[in-house]
Amino acid sequence: MRRFLNELDTGARVGLIIVVGFLLAVFVGPYIIPYSEVEIVGKVFARPSGAHWLGTDNVGRDLLARILAGGQMTVIISFLATCGAFAIGVPLGIITAIIGGWSDLVITRMVDALMAFPGLILALILLSALGTSLPALLLVMSVLSSTIVFRLTRAVAADVAAMEYIEVARLRGETMRWFLFREVLPNVVPTLLTEFGLRFVYAAILISSLSFLGIGVQPPYADLGGMVKENSLAITFGRMAPILPALALAILAIGINLIVDGLLKRNSELDLHK
Amino acid sequence: MAEHSITALVLKRLASGLVTLIIVSLLVFAGTEILPGDVAQAVLGQQATPEAVQAIRDQLGLERPAIIRYLEWLYAFVQGDLGQSLVSGREISELIGQRLKNTFFLAGVAAVIAIPLSVGLGLLAALYEGRPTDKSVSILTLIFVSLPDFLLGYILLFLGAVTLGWFPALSKLSDSMTFGQQLNAVALPCLTLALVTSSHTMRLTRAAVLSVMHQPYIEMATLKGASRRRIILRHALPNALSPILNIVMLTMAFLIVGVVVVEAVFSYSGMGRLMIDAVSKRDMPLVQACGLIFASVYVILNLTADILSLLTNPRRRRPK
Repeated sequence: MRRFLNELDTGARVGLIIVVGFLLAVFVGPYIIPYSEVEIVGKVFARPSGAHWLGTDNVGRDLLARILAGGQMTVIISFLATCGAFAIGVPLGIITAIIGGWSDLVITRMVDALMAFPGLILALILLSALGTSLPALLLVMSVLSSTIVFRLTRAVAADVAAMEYIEVARLRGETMRWFLFREVLPNVVPTLLTEFGLRFVYAAILISSLSFLGIGVQPPYADLGGMVKENSLAITFGRMAPILPALALAILAIGINLIVDGLLKRNSELDLHK
Repeated sequence: MAEHSITALVLKRLASGLVTLIIVSLLVFAGTEILPGDVAQAVLGQQATPEAVQAIRDQLGLERPAIIRYLEWLYAFVQGDLGQSLVSGREISELIGQRLKNTFFLAGVAAVIAIPLSVGLGLLAALYEGRPTDKSVSILTLIFVSLPDFLLGYILLFLGAVTLGWFPALSKLSDSMTFGQQLNAVALPCLTLALVTSSHTMRLTRAAVLSVMHQPYIEMATLKGASRRRIILRHALPNALSPILNIVMLTMAFLIVGVVVVEAVFSYSGMGRLMIDAVSKRDMPLVQACGLIFASVYVILNLTADILSLLTNPRRRRPK
């Protein structure tokens, strides 16, 4: 662990601190601060004060409590959607890379078609039909995000599948299961880990954008994007209320991107040393 | 191996672009068909009377097989007949007309800012690789890439319209405005769009130029004593041109999708807001029309990028 930390550049370490701090804040914070995110505690759009550090929102709730709860919602949804994307993309990618042939062609073509589409537009079309329930949102986000996971897994797995040790295993007569878990998967994990970070950021920004447009998480629940929408009027009064939840999202995204950037640099340096 | 004739290659690429467009239209159509029950039920909700549901079913011709409806829809669409809105009953082409123009205006002005910005900064960062210029540009774009579109929008709105008061907070266009007034009205959304997209494309430009600069023939040129200027202009640029053109097209494709969120921030009357309204009211014919227009523009821009890169990069004309 210590060696791993030492190998990271400054940017990645800063990113790590940001992400850990963010997760602590949204998962522990709500138990510490004295207000609940649904309780009305003051006037509408009050300025920041000693009692309410970030002021209040469009119905007079404590904005800090709202952002912590909304941040938690954003993290949970993005995490689930990213797991969904990997659950779809990774098995399909590995299987098509190993089997190849006809199934590979069909699935790759389907993924190409999905990727010819701008993600947000496809999400809007699907959600207009499926409605905006939480399962529908998670399904749509997972499918959209899985295309890149599939492509990446397939590419990496195809490289691995061409290695000599795989040929040896094939000649040994190993089963499909063995290939998946003992030969291919361990070799694609590092690449997939950094991709998980990128997909997570994509999911967080996608769900926030959808909620901001009114097509994501529905009231009474709210994620960070929904809070930007709720408070959007405040900006014309010169208040920062809609900017703060968006800023929280940006901080999380910057933190993760810094880590991913550092990991990518580290991986490419390791490749050079080989 | 023999080079293919360039016309044949371009035609082939056009044909595959057409296939993509057809698949995209199928996806748009199928995407709105996957709902449980059918469109009529979804539009009217659970409390609807069976007669009302039947009326909409008849209006949309839902009794007929999906494939027939798809073909009819596509045929009418190609001829410019987009059907009627379920909610307002108005012709969709009427609803879209002005808004499509507004969106193209927004994206067009944004492109004028975004393209020089992304190519310029990308070149700058690549030429000063590893030096402070590169590092600061790279960190800046890493931060901008992470910003959600609406954050940048509200920050610019706060600075430009509320604090400084230079620009209107609501970006409204009208025919009585002069071109200058119209530019002033769209300045903030355009700047938002340009900053959001060019942070992506600047990173792509940097990577494209660097991959050329790391080629052995560039090192060769350096070793034989060619000036830096000559290396960049005569050796590197011709080879980097194809990826850069590609990036310019990609920027425009990003812009077209970026408008959806940015229009919502600035209450701009364009295609993005029309589509959002349609989605929240579950006005399926309107969602389909908007979705197909957005996706087609996106696909066509990507196709143009590909064809331009075929034309500017002779190596791509050889079969692999």
